[in-house]
Amino acid sequence: MKRTTLTLGMAAVASFTLAAPVLAEGKLNIYNWGNYTSPELIEKFEAEYDVEVTLDGYDSNETMLAKVKEGGTGYDIVVPGDYMIKIMIQEGLLAEIKPNEMENFSNMDPKWVDVWWDEGRNYSVPWQWGTTSFTVDTEVYDGDINTLKLLFEPPAELQGRINMLNDMNDVINAGLRYLGYERCNGNVEELKEVTDLLLEAKQHWRTMDYSTIEKLTSGDVDLSQNWNGAAMRAREQRPTLQYAYPVEGFTGWMDNVAVLADAPNMDNAKLFVNFIMAPENAALISNFARYANGIKGSEEFMDAEMLTAPEIVMPADAPTPDFVKPCPQETVDLYNRIWTRLKG
Amino acid sequence: MAAQPDIAAAPADGLAQAQSDARARRRRWLLLAPALLTIGLFGLFPLVITLIYSFLSPGTYGGVTWEFSTNAYTQFLFERDIFDDTLAFSTTYLNIFGRSIGLALVATIGALIIGFPTAYFIASKPPEQRNIWLFLITLPFWTNLLIRTYAVLLIIRDEGIINVSLMQIGLIDRPFGMLYTDGAVFMGLIYSYLPFMVLPLYASLEKLDFRLVEAAYDLYATRFQVLRRIIIPAARPGIIAGCILVFIPGLGAYITPELLGGGKKLMIGNLIALQFGSSRNWPFGSAAALILMVVVMAALLIYVRNAGKAGVRHG
Repeated sequence: MKRTTLTLGMAAVASFTLAAPVLAEGKLNIYNWGNYTSPELIEKFEAEYDVEVTLDGYDSNETMLAKVKEGGTGYDIVVPGDYMIKIMIQEGLLAEIKPNEMENFSNMDPKWVDVWWDEGRNYSVPWQWGTTSFTVDTEVYDGDINTLKLLFEPPAELQGRINMLNDMNDVINAGLRYLGYERCNGNVEELKEVTDLLLEAKQHWRTMDYSTIEKLTSGDVDLSQNWNGAAMRAREQRPTLQYAYPVEGFTGWMDNVAVLADAPNMDNAKLFVNFIMAPENAALISNFARYANGIKGSEEFMDAEMLTAPEIVMPADAPTPDFVKPCPQETVDLYNRIWTRLKG
Repeated sequence: MAAQPDIAAAPADGLAQAQSDARARRRRWLLLAPALLTIGLFGLFPLVITLIYSFLSPGTYGGVTWEFSTNAYTQFLFERDIFDDTLAFSTTYLNIFGRSIGLALVATIGALIIGFPTAYFIASKPPEQRNIWLFLITLPFWTNLLIRTYAVLLIIRDEGIINVSLMQIGLIDRPFGMLYTDGAVFMGLIYSYLPFMVLPLYASLEKLDFRLVEAAYDLYATRFQVLRRIIIPAARPGIIAGCILVFIPGLGAYITPELLGGGKKLMIGNLIALQFGSSRNWPFGSAAALILMVVVMAALLIYVRNAGKAGVRHG
């Protein structure tokens, strides 16, 4: 027993000393959302460019921003959501790496090039994009699921069986859509109506939490606000789940790979940005987290079930996803107060 | 002649004494230095930053701007009406504080009720067995709190062990919703902090001279009288220490209400965390943290002062 431990220990030491010179070529520090990065992708990049990658995770754009703003994080790569790219460019936190001049840029789907958060793609490239709507167990509720009514005035069988995202914008935006009001709304009369709607609906909600897959597959709830990739992963374990495309509309979003202005490994970071625009690499990203990417030709390398999944391939009659821009500070302040009152 | 060396020696002795005193003092400070440095650097210094931040204005995307403002504190009690912009008294944050304090109090009382007999049981065992019992009490600390809380969640959820077994026996035909209620948070808090109650209680009860209990019985005291007049006074320091040790972390608990409460209602800890995240209001987060600290300190002072008086009366 003792000898085994010793041998193992020596083997470990040996492998370290042997491995160290090989890996010492370069480093890359990635700061991405948790449970979102394909390990296969990282291994491939490490092997191809002889770079040692470290990965760290965050759970919201705001957490990432707070940390990055303090400076000196040592991170090279971040993966902010659309509106957060816009904010970080304004704040001078991102390096202008000119992906539009890189070798693999021609692979990017043209519809993701001139986006409002990074016109012409001077700072960022697509990581994955998806939608935020909700998932319902069709065995529990067999009516029409494509309406936000299920969240705000649920039928008896869904009352007390609902999880909402613990996210101010996702909850308030859904309320605004249900009442037919504009997003980023500063109109206090309309916001008051939304507040009343949310407070009334809250009694039917069981939880407000980000861990949607687990909530659905454990049978804690039968309906959950959800992202499409998470919806697909949940359905693989609970086949009666269905992802809704509500007629009132739903959120679209894109997470983008960008490089920090103070990145210590700038060259490796640029290599990585170019690397993920190759279709076979973009497909690795999607195969892991189950969202679409913005790279043409990546479908060829994707798992077969992704190409037909109703969560990824939107039905023809579904509304266009609504990419919500960052709201002015006064509106954010109003939202904050509604949110605190809702959860107070 | 014999006196002369003595006279010469006396000042020398005094000098040596003073030198060794100085050396002892220096050594004392040197030994204290790591603790003082740690507390100063990681306790007081951040606290000063928190205090300063609470009087500044929030930056647009988090952080602070260096403009003096007391908004963070007025926001706590008053709210600018969404409609007519008048300042009105608001109970939103007071409710959050009230709920947190209430839950922490109930959990403390619960832990005391469960912990007291446990500690008494251990203290009444022969000394060589006590260590085994104490070891069992501290055993849960070997695992991370997050993991233990998650284990509780797995046990009480709708498709968890309790509900599934009850349904198999046929006692219930639908799962009995225990998870995501105040009751679940209460249970989680008691479970997490019970050892903090048992250990100080045990330390007090262990010193109890059980001959006093026998003597009381000999003098025809009832069991209740023995408990009230002999055992509880002896355990008083342990009761106070245990209650403080459970109440304070219970008040600031973050993981337990988040996981077992379902995240529908904010507790103080979650409110503060929210201000540094998506609400982007660091000054308010700082102010809320300081208000919480002042409330806890005030409660402690009152408690300790009353306890001190009571102790004197009994002594």
